[in-house]
Amino acid sequence: MHTLPYTTEIRPDTGLTNPKLGIWLFLASEVMLFGSLFSAYALLRSGAASWPDQSAVLSVPLATLNTVILISSSVTMVLAWSGARAGRMDRFRIYMGLTLLCGAGFLAVKAVEYGDKFAHGLLPSTDNFLALYFTMTGVHAVHVLAGMVVNAFLLGPGARMWRSEPERFTNRVEVAGIYWHFVDVVWIFLFPVLYLL
Amino acid sequence: MAPLKYLYSTDHKVIGLLYGFTSLCFLLVGFVLVIVIRWQLAFPGQPVPYVAGLLGAANAPGGIVLPEFYNQLGAMHGTIMVFLGVVPLAVGAFGNYLVPLQIGAPDMAFPRLNLASYWFYAAGGAIMLASFFLPGGAANNGWTSYAPLSDLAPGHGQTFWLLGMLFIIFSSLLGALNFITTIVQLRAPGLTWFRLPFFVWAQFVTAFLLLLAFPALQAAALLQGMDRLAGSSFFLPSGLAVSGQALDVAGGGNALLWQHLFWFLGHPEVYVLILPAMGIAAEVIANNTRKPLWGYRVMVYSVFVLGFLSFVVWAHHMFLTGMGTAISAFFQTTTMIISIPSVVILSSLILSLYGGSIRFTTPMLFALAFLPMFGIGGLTGLPLGLATTDIPLHDTNYVVGHFHYLVAPGTIFALFAGIYHWFPRITGRMMNDVLGRIHFAGSLICMNVIFLPMFVQGLAGVNRRLWDGGAEYAHAQGVLHFNVPMSIAAFGLAFFQLFFIVNLFMSIRYGRRVDTNPWEATTLEWNTGTAPVRVYRDPYDYSVPGAKADFTPQYERAEA
Ligand code: HEM
Ligand SMILES: [Cu+2]
Repeated sequence: MHTLPYTTEIRPDTGLTNPKLGIWLFLASEVMLFGSLFSAYALLRSGAASWPDQSAVLSVPLATLNTVILISSSVTMVLAWSGARAGRMDRFRIYMGLTLLCGAGFLAVKAVEYGDKFAHGLLPSTDNFLALYFTMTGVHAVHVLAGMVVNAFLLGPGARMWRSEPERFTNRVEVAGIYWHFVDVVWIFLFPVLYLL
Repeated sequence: MAPLKYLYSTDHKVIGLLYGFTSLCFLLVGFVLVIVIRWQLAFPGQPVPYVAGLLGAANAPGGIVLPEFYNQLGAMHGTIMVFLGVVPLAVGAFGNYLVPLQIGAPDMAFPRLNLASYWFYAAGGAIMLASFFLPGGAANNGWTSYAPLSDLAPGHGQTFWLLGMLFIIFSSLLGALNFITTIVQLRAPGLTWFRLPFFVWAQFVTAFLLLLAFPALQAAALLQGMDRLAGSSFFLPSGLAVSGQALDVAGGGNALLWQHLFWFLGHPEVYVLILPAMGIAAEVIANNTRKPLWGYRVMVYSVFVLGFLSFVVWAHHMFLTGMGTAISAFFQTTTMIISIPSVVILSSLILSLYGGSIRFTTPMLFALAFLPMFGIGGLTGLPLGLATTDIPLHDTNYVVGHFHYLVAPGTIFALFAGIYHWFPRITGRMMNDVLGRIHFAGSLICMNVIFLPMFVQGLAGVNRRLWDGGAEYAHAQGVLHFNVPMSIAAFGLAFFQLFFIVNLFMSIRYGRRVDTNPWEATTLEWNTGTAPVRVYRDPYDYSVPGAKADFTPQYERAEA
């Protein structure tokens, strides 16, 4: 196989590496995906004869906890990247481990929330608010899970690249980080829209 | 030779060929479905000859197509042609094979994502095909899957359709970001933006459409999946009754939400179907007129404007839904505006012919026919973009005629032009010219005999998607007799495709061997030298005064 240019080095006239451009394009499509879901929410809610009091149906404290967890994980993700960039793999490991832990914590809280709703017979078929809640947070949770798989890979087998191509590895961490922050930002929109408004 | 290795090669040429082979197979499947449809339309209720046994007793007892099965055929013909046939051929195959070559890149920017994209596509296609064998058969709610019909459709066909679409969408998202990254990042030294062949521009804009429009259908498919599997009511309004029975659902949904999300994808999707075709036609025309394209820069600007505007016209498919005159006015305006850049591109291609010393090669014949066919398709679309005229025409055969002129004798002809044109680049051999010309002439005649009468039928008010072609309706009686010649032409079209299929396979082995640049073309894909590519000039330096030949390739250094 031939080596492709600009996988790690920046192309001078565009100022980008391939993976960097690739992830931003991917996120652009993700914006359209979540944008469509938010539009669906707006259309259904504005046309609804009645809408439940969202914060009474859902648990705001749990969602606040989850917001804190997810924002912390974004911070640890940045720290993991700067660890990798500084050549400190020990720091990278610690912070990446923490990021993973936060992700798992987020999903665990989500599972508790879901379980609680199911236990009270609150299902997607109950009303469109709950249907939107389950769909939007479900799609988001899948994104969290996907990010965790990538992060786990970088912490585990993927870390081998550190020895052969440290720069490329650091770029990978950065790209995974960009994705992870995006997932975080989506939650920051979901939280007020679904729990507070 | 280990054929299996081609299935997991990350080489863009191999992946392009995989896409090409697979999508041609799907085009054939979609075509076979429509052959059965055309039989039924010409001879409603009469047993399908020869192949009756293959249709299955549940679908066509005694060979007579049941209405439910007819609906499956129509829905799956549209779905397969659009999502599994034309787009994967135009983008997956032509794009993958040619874009890296035309920009002098060693490969696509993300070779493994490229392979993943192919396999997601193949999986999506397999799911769609498998759905025919479900107890209730495949999806039968039209390729548009309008809710609430699709929400409530029994069986699992529609669910499979949604799942298949999710795979196909993911595949094209991976493909699209790969194309954009490749074109932005991997252009050879010297290949500035305005030296890109028009084909690359077309693929570039197409990739943006795929990237940004498809997620709306992704969301819609998820919502409809929830409606079908988890009992939600996203698309089910309150008080909905089916067969006189009130539905036991929460309600509160909005059927128009589906249409908005669907057409937010659906309209850009039609540009995905035609932009690469315009790109191919441009390459073939420049090469065979031995002239630079007329108005290359204006064409590039137009294709961009087209790309942008295609995101703000979607609701012209929804004039009949009663969404309100203000909204209709907006979408009528944007629709009239978007026709301008399309006309600019088509006119530029036509003007490019002027003063050329045209070589009437087989690819050129297809490219030439593309122009008027596409023109008919485009012009007949104008009345559909204005609410007053759309109201009587909507959902009639007029619409079927309109968009088929764009995609069948339009896009498909351009794709044929591309296959004949680049075949020697792939195999080092020419396709047979005599067979090619028979294929061309036969297809051109048959296509027009099939689709031209559809305008007449539609103007008479005959609806599309009718199992008996309208035989039940008094107003259809005067135009029903067209159905027999139309269907015979469809069978004839099938016959003439045999010339293509035979030609394709025969020429791989026995075609006339040619040099690396048999068409004397200028663009980089014909440079098979091993030196690193560098670009010195514009894409279409044909007949440059004072040059030593009537073509000067982009990779040829300027004379000192
Ligand atoms: C070249 C041969 C083709 C023939 C003879 C043909 C014929 C037809 C006919 C007769 C119908 C109407 C069926 C009905 O509604 O009762 C139809 C529908 C349709 N065709 Fe084609 N077609 C061809 C190629 C294509 C191609 C290349 C595409 C797409 C790129 C395409 C896309 C569609 C779509 C989207 C529909 C609408 C399906 C629906 O009602 O949901 N067709 N075709
Ligand atoms: Cu449209």
